[in-house]
Amino acid sequence: MPRSRLGYDDVALVAPVTVPYVRYSIRAGHWFVARALAMLLERSGLAKAEVDGACISSFTLAPDSAIGLMQHIGLSPRWLDWLPVGGASGVAGLRRAARAVQAGDADVVACIAADTNHVDSFRLTLSNFSMFARDAVYPYGAGGPNASFAFLTDHYMRTYGATREDFGKLCVAQRDNALKNPLAIFKKPLKLAEYLNARPIAEPLGLFDCVMPCAGADAFLVMRTERARALGLPHVRLLGTIERHNGFPDDPIQFRGGWAMDRDDLYAQAGVTPADVDFFQPYDDYPVITMMQIEDLGFCAKGEGPAFVREHTFTWDGSFPLNTSGGQLSAGQAGCAGGYIGIVESMRQLTGEAGGRQVPDAKVGLVSGFGMINFDRGLASGAALLGRADRY
Amino acid sequence: MVEPLLRPKRKNPILATRVPTLPPGGRSRAALGLTAAAAEGRFALQVCTDCAAVQYPPREACHRCLSVKLKWRTQDGAGVLLAQTTLHHSNDLFFRERLPWRLGMVRLDAGPTVVAHLHGDVDGAASRVRIGARLDRAGQAVLIALPDTETPNMSDDVQLREMTCDPKFRKVLVSDAKTAVGQAVVRALVAAGADIVWAGHAEPWKKLPGFDRLIALPQVTPVPLDLTDSRSVTELAGEIGGKVDIVVNTAEYHRAAGIGHRVGIETARSEMDVNYFGLLRLAQAFGPALRARAADGPTGACAWVNLLSIFALANFPAHGTFSASKAAALSLAQCLRAEMRPAGVRVVNVFPGPIDDEWTQLLPPPKLLPETLARAVVGALEDGVEDVYPGDVAQEWLERWRDNPKALEREIGS
Repeated sequence: MPRSRLGYDDVALVAPVTVPYVRYSIRAGHWFVARALAMLLERSGLAKAEVDGACISSFTLAPDSAIGLMQHIGLSPRWLDWLPVGGASGVAGLRRAARAVQAGDADVVACIAADTNHVDSFRLTLSNFSMFARDAVYPYGAGGPNASFAFLTDHYMRTYGATREDFGKLCVAQRDNALKNPLAIFKKPLKLAEYLNARPIAEPLGLFDCVMPCAGADAFLVMRTERARALGLPHVRLLGTIERHNGFPDDPIQFRGGWAMDRDDLYAQAGVTPADVDFFQPYDDYPVITMMQIEDLGFCAKGEGPAFVREHTFTWDGSFPLNTSGGQLSAGQAGCAGGYIGIVESMRQLTGEAGGRQVPDAKVGLVSGFGMINFDRGLASGAALLGRADRY
Repeated sequence: MVEPLLRPKRKNPILATRVPTLPPGGRSRAALGLTAAAAEGRFALQVCTDCAAVQYPPREACHRCLSVKLKWRTQDGAGVLLAQTTLHHSNDLFFRERLPWRLGMVRLDAGPTVVAHLHGDVDGAASRVRIGARLDRAGQAVLIALPDTETPNMSDDVQLREMTCDPKFRKVLVSDAKTAVGQAVVRALVAAGADIVWAGHAEPWKKLPGFDRLIALPQVTPVPLDLTDSRSVTELAGEIGGKVDIVVNTAEYHRAAGIGHRVGIETARSEMDVNYFGLLRLAQAFGPALRARAADGPTGACAWVNLLSIFALANFPAHGTFSASKAAALSLAQCLRAEMRPAGVRVVNVFPGPIDDEWTQLLPPPKLLPETLARAVVGALEDGVEDVYPGDVAQEWLERWRDNPKALEREIGS
């Protein structure tokens, strides 16, 4: 057990914003960053110059990095982080921003994940995603993450007895949640029969197992609690958080993520248990990874995910509210914003802004991130426990 | 179970010939070690010289001890299938035209997990498989999970056939079918199921034993072809160029001599005229049509084979001018390979040691029998190999040359 870590007692998460997702955009990634920052300022009432820290995640700013971006949007931060780490962007960015404001390296950090999506940009991202992907995955059918998750799903189904119906139940519940979220890209209900009869994409995955790449942005501000109070802004507390990269490298195939290495640390830091969690926003580009996170983050033992799914309901008003915004599977995957969608939704839930999908009396939320299928598995994992400000 | 490949129907002349596309061909320099081994038909992985860790995908350093002393070592490829999928969607044009496409994730007994194309005869998860490395149409190494034991129609698997140049049901031109080697190559191609073999022969007045029996085979059609005569080459290309799927250039002029054994350059000029300019004429005449038909159905144009010599790597002074002409031909073959690769047509270079024919009478055994060489040519096409060094002499020369080319030069000279 590592030595106990400094808590996040005085850190506040403020002003969740979403630049509405669209399937395709002719704009550059920069457009979505600029819109997100403008929305943060509008929401918080801060002047642009008061934002002295920025944490940027994007796959579509090339050839720019976060530094070039600062000139593009006219920001002069004294603290800048550049985290194009896909599905782990949100948790990783939150962790770094929290430490920066605690240490006084920045007073207000704008955490922004933004990506555009041109008609052909997903294919171009895939073909050059990583050295290992280019050398050892993409030449094999060029299926992208669909093929990678098909392997993990096939293996998980055979090893632990999960069925298509189990995964379908998660997808259908998330769609029901999305129907209460005006920002979700999918507006039509999904029936289990439609899920099961959808055209195959990469067996055993069908159409509704796969996220839809789109363009958009999610963002929030990180500052000291006293600043948030002074601004009169509703805020959320960071109770505990973990991250891990290249966890369990000796597993022949991924059946668990790095969360399983660090979850005890997560709950210990937050001073809560899985039973205290009122809703869970797991990273969900494919439903198998949701099931793995239910296990790895301590809601049931490894291999009991399918039984857990059969015992629970997952809508906002269900026995285990999960991806209450619809998640990526029903709200869309806007590149790196896929790592943020769970955080902004958790903030909305914990500040009572979740409208028709509000989880009653939600006090503690768990959000997780997962990303970077470099070769055969997702390498980055992270999670954060967030608490309602009046209770924690 | 993979069904046997059936003779393709006659082509509908109204339909457009599909333009060749290639699977994704980008690779890091580290990964090209896999291609170098696959070009010879071997599956090799990086092994750490310091800690013996075996790793995949290829890296710049050992993932365990960080040593940068990594060697490519041949592997048996034994492993177990952990997971599989069948793609019904692909982001890439080449695969999109060939869906559905099977893939597997395999744990090698040697340690690493690999993603591989999946042969149709591999049953399902937990099957024992053998990973082989093959060159795909882009000319880059890919891994394929093959059944653990031979199956009846193994080579007819649609995915495997995209990585090989199997002569079965294909139409082949053998540029010189009159020599002992040429005749043996024609017979081997017929035995491998070639649809038509055009048997080139120069100087029709010159009768060589066996040729009449050869052209009596129903699959064999004799065609006049003289590689020293541009018009002869062009005329034949005009006649059959649009139908040829594989070219096997067996034409060779070989006299045993170095520089000081002869006066004048006439013999050397003849060697160059056949061995170098002959290849150039043939490639200019037949190359474009071959490239254009590289995606023409399951038996489309796919390969070009050059009969070179192990003496192309390092000069053998007793056959010095011949060696020089073969070195020139090797260099040109590399150019041809680069020009054919964008269409997915494989250029196979065969480097035999001395062949047991009239021109190597004074060389000691072992010498390569024409039949053995012919089997090596057909085997290379069936296995999708790019460089072949058939026979013990060629293998030994190759090993010496790779180990230390300067030492080989001195060993030959002494």
